[in-house]
Amino acid sequence: MLKGRLVLDCSDRSGWLAGRLLADLGAEVVKLDARDTDRTDPGWQAYNVNKRPLDLDVTSEGGRRRFDDLVGIADIVIACYRPGTPAAAVFDYDRLATLNPQLIVVAISPFGLSGPRAQWKATDIELMAAGGAMSLAGEPDGVPQRVSVPQSYSWTGAQAAIGALIAINHRNVSGAGQLVDVSGQASVVLALAHAPTFWDIERKEPTRAGAYVTGRSVTGARYRVFWPCRDGYLNFVLYGGSAGRRTNQQLVAWMRETRAELGPLAEIDWSRFDPTRATQAEVDAIEARMQAFFATLTKREFLDGAHRREMLGYPIATVADIAEDPQLEARRFWQMVRGPDGVTRRHCGSFAVIDGRRPPLRVWPLDATRAATASGETVG
Amino acid sequence: MSAVAQALDGVKIVEFGGYAAGPHIGKILANYGATVVHVESRERPDGFRLQYPPFKDGMPGIDRGGCFAFFNDSKYGITLNLKRSAGVTLARRLVAWGDVVIENMRPGVMARLGLGYESLRTGHSDLIMLSTCNMGQTGPRADTPGFGSQLTALAGFCGLTGEPDGSPMLLYGPYIDFIGSALGTVAVLAALDRRHRTGCGSYIDLSQYECGLTFLAGALLDYEISGHVAERAGNRDPDAAPHGAYLCRAGRWLALSCWSDAEFAALMRAIGRPALAADPRFAGLAARQDHRAALDAALAAWCWTQDADEAAILLQHAGVAVHPVNTISDLFDDLQLRHRRTWRTRRHPVIGDQAYHFPGFELSRTPGDVTAPAPLLGADNATVFQQFLKLDAAELEALRREDAID
Repeated sequence: MLKGRLVLDCSDRSGWLAGRLLADLGAEVVKLDARDTDRTDPGWQAYNVNKRPLDLDVTSEGGRRRFDDLVGIADIVIACYRPGTPAAAVFDYDRLATLNPQLIVVAISPFGLSGPRAQWKATDIELMAAGGAMSLAGEPDGVPQRVSVPQSYSWTGAQAAIGALIAINHRNVSGAGQLVDVSGQASVVLALAHAPTFWDIERKEPTRAGAYVTGRSVTGARYRVFWPCRDGYLNFVLYGGSAGRRTNQQLVAWMRETRAELGPLAEIDWSRFDPTRATQAEVDAIEARMQAFFATLTKREFLDGAHRREMLGYPIATVADIAEDPQLEARRFWQMVRGPDGVTRRHCGSFAVIDGRRPPLRVWPLDATRAATASGETVG
Repeated sequence: MSAVAQALDGVKIVEFGGYAAGPHIGKILANYGATVVHVESRERPDGFRLQYPPFKDGMPGIDRGGCFAFFNDSKYGITLNLKRSAGVTLARRLVAWGDVVIENMRPGVMARLGLGYESLRTGHSDLIMLSTCNMGQTGPRADTPGFGSQLTALAGFCGLTGEPDGSPMLLYGPYIDFIGSALGTVAVLAALDRRHRTGCGSYIDLSQYECGLTFLAGALLDYEISGHVAERAGNRDPDAAPHGAYLCRAGRWLALSCWSDAEFAALMRAIGRPALAADPRFAGLAARQDHRAALDAALAAWCWTQDADEAAILLQHAGVAVHPVNTISDLFDDLQLRHRRTWRTRRHPVIGDQAYHFPGFELSRTPGDVTAPAPLLGADNATVFQQFLKLDAAELEALRREDAID
């Protein structure tokens, strides 16, 4: 969809995903890095696959001249810098706009290019803290938690890609480029779902829920979410409503088939069961039998059985589980790509299927790019 | 809805579905000028209207839901009865008016309604349509019903959150839905660019599961390369020490990290413990990781006496990455978010003043805005049918008689 669009991606890990998303949709994305960059790092490879690697240190005098030449033919520049740092002078929008008035400059920084904390430093944990996400993860009386695989960089990269393409669509009708100023902190706020409305409308502070769902019952009962199973954990919640009713009925039917002990589950009329009115004692009695049943299952058995019975609930997957998921295989999500070390490996493919086909990841050999650069060949 | 020229002025979007995954895409595009029509029916309103709190004064009501409003600002709202053939005909007329259709029904539902892509694009070859659901439109589990909060577990996020010896942790709400909506927005915008240049439409099949995995792409590739299975590690990071959250005065927390010996030395000087920078237990990353408990104890002792905001300012001046752990209420007072006008209050006819969220980027020429509060159910039927679709009074009356508009 973005075939013919040329993107100069000068990002660090806090913005890698932006260029990857544009590349996945067909843009030619040139990834500029200093020659000594570790391109074998799995993170670098995962988020810079499908981009054309180029040795270019824009902070050196020669590198900057070469960069400026490329700016003249580019549609989008993506850069990560804080105001006041040396990189800010290189990527200054006014400077680049004189080289190419149609250029879109995507500036990614922890807090944005202006404001009282524009110059503050932050990495993933500080951004997840600043954006409110850590306040919602962890045990209710425990330490606020981040996701152990950094998330703020992806939230930021996704927002940067949106901003870049809104600007491209504007340029299509106006001919003018513009600056897209992306804040990591503000991007993380998207991860909070509707939590802000609780404070805004009711002055109720959403907090860490741990491993239980609370606030659904007028009795104050809490509902278990994560259940130990034979090889890990499952996610299952005693829901109400039509989907919850069907799920609960199917679970009991499944337990009957396996001759699991039903206890109070045998007597419940699920068409009348209302989780918003159940007491903690009732919930505990129900959940005790469920817990015993779930402990007999593997994650895969639960996934297959729940799907067959149209039940709500999923296993807590690890990356190893995900790697073997037949759903992803059937949709050809994974794509084999030869890495910079010459080894072919399986990557996450393009994030969407377009017109019935997942856009293939392209391979841009670094050596060829180096040769092109040395000979002065134009990229694009 | 805006007097200022915006980037997506003239782009017309029709939304079928509800909750977050579809409508949040339209909300973002509406903030930058697109005209977005959210289609519901009185029999089956958007599930966020009644099923999820918070509600105005704590009382559920069709137009009292803050959750629905939060994801549907700057849009027009109409009611169509898609169980009646006249309603479907009217929906097709609406699609013919539009440039983009966004839907997040279960796979196959739109086609059964007579609103599948192949049918809609007849005579409208430049139509862009995005279908978003848990698993995507194809594959052995395509028909799986699911909530985003549970899909977040299948995609690995819950298992990667929490202490190593503890349970997986919930992330708030349908975390993965918003990854899907962000990436869906990217895809729609790319399709609009292609359409501008080629005149071609697009059909976008978006799996929220696959979108979520892009946020774990590094860990997934690491497993491919090394067989390493990423696991939850509390707040620890293999490349930084210290790296965590520490309790300050008044129950507030401070997140901080050091990624080099120089940053660690600066931190120790700033908290009045310069000798610790020279302590062999903390000389280098590996040593600091090995003596994490002692290091965390020293930091915890200092933070316990500090105001989180004052400590953050002090340590930032020292060159350390640090920030208070903002609670949700803190976000409304955060100086930087206020500077960026992240929250934009608009007066909803029933809810009253409500703070709507604005995306995480600013555009210098076409800044966008929250142009209106979320619509009441069916509030814009007259505007959409008469002004947008140019239906005259007789046509409207006939459609009402046929229960096309409920």
